[in-house]
Amino acid sequence: MNKKEPLIRLAKRENMNKNMVWLIRVAAFIFAIIIGGLIFFAADANPISAYATMIAGSLGKKSGIRQVVKTAIPLLGTAIALAPCFKMKYWNIGAEGQITMGAVGATLFALKLPKILPSAPLLILMGLSAIIFGAFWAVIPAFFKAKWGTNETLFTLMLNYIAIGIVGWLQGGPWEGKPGSQIIPNFDKKAVLPKIFGVHIGWIFVLLLVVFIYIYLNKTKHGYEVAVLGESENTARYAGMNVGKVTMRTAALSGAISGFVGYMIASGANQTLYAGVAGGVGFTAITVCWLAQLNPFVMILISVLLAILSKGASTLQTELAVPASISDIITGIILLSMLGCEFFINYKMIFRKSNKKEAE
Amino acid sequence: MEHAVEFKNITKRFGSVTANNAVNLYLDRGVIMSLLGENGSGKTTLMNMLAGIYFPDEGQIFVDGQPVTIASPKDAFDHGIGMIHQHFMLVDVFTAAENVALGLEDGKYDLKAVAEKVKEISDKYGFGIDPNKKVYDMSVSEKQTVEIIKVLYRGADILILDEPTAVLTPQETDNLFKIMRNMKADGKAIIIITHKLNEVMDVSDVVAVLRKGEHIATVRTNETTADALTEMMVGRAVKLNIDRLDPVNPQPRLTIAGLTCRDSEGVKKLDDVGFIAFGGEILGIAGIAGSGQKELLEAIAGLRHIDEGSIIYSPEGKNPEELVGKTPMEIKDAGVSLAFVPEDRLGMGLVGGMGMTENMMLRSWNKGKGIFVDRKEPEALAEEVYKFLEVVTPSIDYPVRKLSGGNVQKVLVGREIASSPSVLMSAYAVRGLDINTSYIIYNLMAGQKAKGVAVIFVGEDLDVLLQLCDKILVLCDGKVSGLVDARTTTKEEIGLLMTSVGGKE
Repeated sequence: MNKKEPLIRLAKRENMNKNMVWLIRVAAFIFAIIIGGLIFFAADANPISAYATMIAGSLGKKSGIRQVVKTAIPLLGTAIALAPCFKMKYWNIGAEGQITMGAVGATLFALKLPKILPSAPLLILMGLSAIIFGAFWAVIPAFFKAKWGTNETLFTLMLNYIAIGIVGWLQGGPWEGKPGSQIIPNFDKKAVLPKIFGVHIGWIFVLLLVVFIYIYLNKTKHGYEVAVLGESENTARYAGMNVGKVTMRTAALSGAISGFVGYMIASGANQTLYAGVAGGVGFTAITVCWLAQLNPFVMILISVLLAILSKGASTLQTELAVPASISDIITGIILLSMLGCEFFINYKMIFRKSNKKEAE
Repeated sequence: MEHAVEFKNITKRFGSVTANNAVNLYLDRGVIMSLLGENGSGKTTLMNMLAGIYFPDEGQIFVDGQPVTIASPKDAFDHGIGMIHQHFMLVDVFTAAENVALGLEDGKYDLKAVAEKVKEISDKYGFGIDPNKKVYDMSVSEKQTVEIIKVLYRGADILILDEPTAVLTPQETDNLFKIMRNMKADGKAIIIITHKLNEVMDVSDVVAVLRKGEHIATVRTNETTADALTEMMVGRAVKLNIDRLDPVNPQPRLTIAGLTCRDSEGVKKLDDVGFIAFGGEILGIAGIAGSGQKELLEAIAGLRHIDEGSIIYSPEGKNPEELVGKTPMEIKDAGVSLAFVPEDRLGMGLVGGMGMTENMMLRSWNKGKGIFVDRKEPEALAEEVYKFLEVVTPSIDYPVRKLSGGNVQKVLVGREIASSPSVLMSAYAVRGLDINTSYIIYNLMAGQKAKGVAVIFVGEDLDVLLQLCDKILVLCDGKVSGLVDARTTTKEEIGLLMTSVGGKE
């Protein structure tokens, strides 16, 4: 028989059993860990002790855990900020710049006012200023999109570099500490976020934000508008929604939260402002957001996982002299396989039946 | 002689849905076969397997008696099988010949030779196409012709046409059928997918009826009747009629004058359109696809910028008001409802990823005070529509995208009717629906009319417009081409109005 059936065919599958879905995700994670182990092996490190070191370094000690939480705060906060935008299918990849501008807004008051104001009102003022700065930075591209239909992806991306450039200028110009140092001086103690359980209070804020954004997206009129607009602009117009207004409002909310994250980084973690304040968080958060499929509660898990990997990586470098770039590779493999396994959740593969069976 | 094509025990499943179940079917050369069946009966799936778009799960396809494997459209072409899809796949800025040359694999690109051969094919079958005409200058039927020439050029002698008449005027349909008969005389095997019975009787030699994925019977056209075919298609005898009552005391509800709309490029989509829609009447709107039907409804609903003109709305017992300049929300609140079913059904009016409840909320989301949305009322409404219109869905929170076309439409139309509008506009309300559901929808429209609602019904099937409507407004190229009485006019008259303003050549 000259029948040559294709070797592998794909068929969409629907309504997969929930347990099976999670089984596939766990299997993907284990698969990534095994591949990662091979890479450690190739880099002359014992995979088992390497993983053990990563876990011990990140979760084995109090200081490690604190570092993990500190890393997870901005990641989680920014992922939450992006969720409404992505739900609206508004591709805001400008969180990096919005974080930076938020930090600028906070620093504006942190540098000038400690002499006059006590700590609490100062911190509140800094937070509000950060929110306004972040929101403003996010509204610019949304305004242009609403008015003239410009592409928000490029626009938000380009604004990142402008924001970073502005901080660079502030560092060397108006806010420079010692002349010629190119460094903005450390914040006064009054302008630093207080600590709770050894980590700045930001972790409580982001957990509150998780709940807030969950309610906002699922229970409110605004959230409904965002959901409809994300599915179809025509339907939104048909339902009488003001598309431009919703776009700008949602971008502003997103920017406000990103700006607040900038405040937490500058005031809580760094206690100063420099051009690299966002440090790529605005981009990594995009991954967090999508891995969690826009579910704010799942974002907690993902951002903590990424924070563990990052802290583990630095321990690995100091203790086993494995270059941090190896850990980056492993992080990449884990992310890739987590995203890739969604393919197997949505499709099944049908292999060509063996010839024997057909002959029967 | 071997059969040109034979399906043996062909089964195709999509997840838990069996689209085709053990289908046995054959076709000979020099024969036109109609593949008849309701939407969702598996006609297109079966043909897609022949054209290499899907691969059967079980069974074997034979071409000229030989078992074949068709794993891609290219394989299909190698076996002389060509399919003309409902959606044209042409490059607008290319000429007919360039589109035909696109993707040819004979190594050289000789446009002149291609153009000559296109001309030759065109003359042979009577297409009457100019190989050097750009696609964007072509009418819908000319574009379809290019699609047919494309497959003929590649040497196809088994042709599949997927609902080719859906986009054509009656005159264009006749012309297409003439071409099909020429091709038949040339010994080609032709399959036409359709659900219009009169066309089946008109053009085909044999009819194969599919129902719920199964092959029910193949009969000779001259040995059957339209009623017998319907019964085979639906599975039981159905009475297809629409109760058209005479309008009771019709009052002007919507008075439109001088309505002109331009698109973003400044092209007039509506040009000085004027008519009156009466309460208690169904006003049908006919026209070739893209003649301004969509734009007209959108303009009335406030979704489109109006350059000139006025729309006076005179609700019962209230003062007339001008709708131009109002927001879509204000127009909707005034009682002008748009149940618009666009080409892809979900693009507007429904949100595919949401369940019935959340789709009901599209009307009510902004009601009530406070920042939270009210879910209770839409939920009750969803339950009501679910029960009253017998929507088949696992739950009212199941994404409507995953429902069948008919159920999606029920959700949409049910919601619009539930808002008790005083003007109900509907476009393509039965597109993709099975016969039974279509008649449910028609009778719902008729019921609204009986309640005194002014119904504006944009339809594609002229036979239905003639049965359902009181008046028919024909649009041609954004202009009003004519307004006829649906009880006395003919399909031919409307066909002429569709192609030229005033029906003059």
